[in-house]
Amino acid sequence: MSADTYSLPKLPYAYNALEPSISAQIMELHHSKHHQTYVTNLNKALQSLKAASSAGDIAAEIALQPAIKFNGGGHINHSLFWQNLAPSSSADAKPDAAPALMADIDKTWGSYDKFKSAFSTALLGIQGSGWGWLVKEAQTGLRIVTTKDQDPVVGGEVPIFGVDMWEHAYYLQYLNGKAAYVDNIWNVINWKVAEQRYHGGAKDAFSVLKASM
Amino acid sequence: MSATLMRTVPALRGALRSGVAKPAAALASTSFVRGKATLPDLPYDYGALEPYISGKIMELHHKKHHQTYVTGLNSALETIASGDPVAAAKAAPLLNFHGGGHINHSLFWENLAPASREGGGEPDGALAKSIKEDFGGFDTLRKQVNTALAGIQGSGWAWLVKDKNSGTLSVVTRPNQDPVSGPYVPLLGIDAWEHAYYLQYENRKAEYFDAIWNVINWKTVASRFEKA
Repeated sequence: MSADTYSLPKLPYAYNALEPSISAQIMELHHSKHHQTYVTNLNKALQSLKAASSAGDIAAEIALQPAIKFNGGGHINHSLFWQNLAPSSSADAKPDAAPALMADIDKTWGSYDKFKSAFSTALLGIQGSGWGWLVKEAQTGLRIVTTKDQDPVVGGEVPIFGVDMWEHAYYLQYLNGKAAYVDNIWNVINWKVAEQRYHGGAKDAFSVLKASM
Repeated sequence: MSATLMRTVPALRGALRSGVAKPAAALASTSFVRGKATLPDLPYDYGALEPYISGKIMELHHKKHHQTYVTGLNSALETIASGDPVAAAKAAPLLNFHGGGHINHSLFWENLAPASREGGGEPDGALAKSIKEDFGGFDTLRKQVNTALAGIQGSGWAWLVKDKNSGTLSVVTRPNQDPVSGPYVPLLGIDAWEHAYYLQYENRKAEYFDAIWNVINWKTVASRFEKA
């Protein structure tokens, strides 16, 4: 495997470990099929880019950008997502596991409940496929952002945790009831990972990608 | 089409004013009694498109998803009619999203039909002739539509459209619920949102894109083509 070939990272828990918040069937399809497709198509696009680049074909290089952004974003987003989830029974899934982050959340939104409500509203306001992220920015501090489709958060912000709002992330279990999915996702956020990302930089958050090369 | 989709909209401003500081989320659940978009009946039973589209998908898609767009559209219209320019500007994206969702789904239901009735087969007459001229043939059109559908990055639709000015047919995609507009008249729409196929086809969306050709109502498409 060459240095620029990405592979599907292993989940840090079993497919059924997030039940009842997220069913094993969803997790298995989401990881072994959807995420795998992003990885496969990212590698294909990067290979074509290499060929276009060595042929000095700028038109082909530009034409490949959307595929790289979409599939690369899909790979980045899902890799971050798996890591920022944890079984609800684990200590990592308790907000206590993120003391410094929680203090900043309190300072920024007034309380954890207010933050949760603001984040949930942002998630439910996404029109189409996309993601919601809590990010840390050097200038502005903590912020909630939503991104469309598979656009990744790669502008220098540190992604603290993300929630996938594509229908494939919840439909088999929640059908059109996405508000219930959003309610239940709070039971499986990995606050320990969130705290680690909060203390680190963007590079640290993205280290999971290096590991899957 | 607009006449059946949207009846007159004399806004219920009183109802809105009485709930002055209601956030958009609360408004969305408000039901208005008159002057509103309504969910159209399906021209066939929920199970009628099986085995190509399951009855469960059709029921959720029509009764829940489409209904949500209808509700969201009425809510956006009420906000815009309230006369508050700031609120109206804020509601514009919601109008586009929910209005588009209502238009797109209304067109979609009508351009589908059970395989045992008008569904499937190939177009004939003037529409077939135009398809031959602009695509080279029906198989090429089908391939182009399926390629377009597979290429949608996220949620969206693919449409066979007629350009009002030139009269030519082409295949376009639209993200999310953006409706077809400008010089294009929508003839045939295919929903590529995951909710349109996931319960039956899961991640295998190419199978759904292949299967849907068995339930295309070419009579509807031809009649749109002739009117366009």
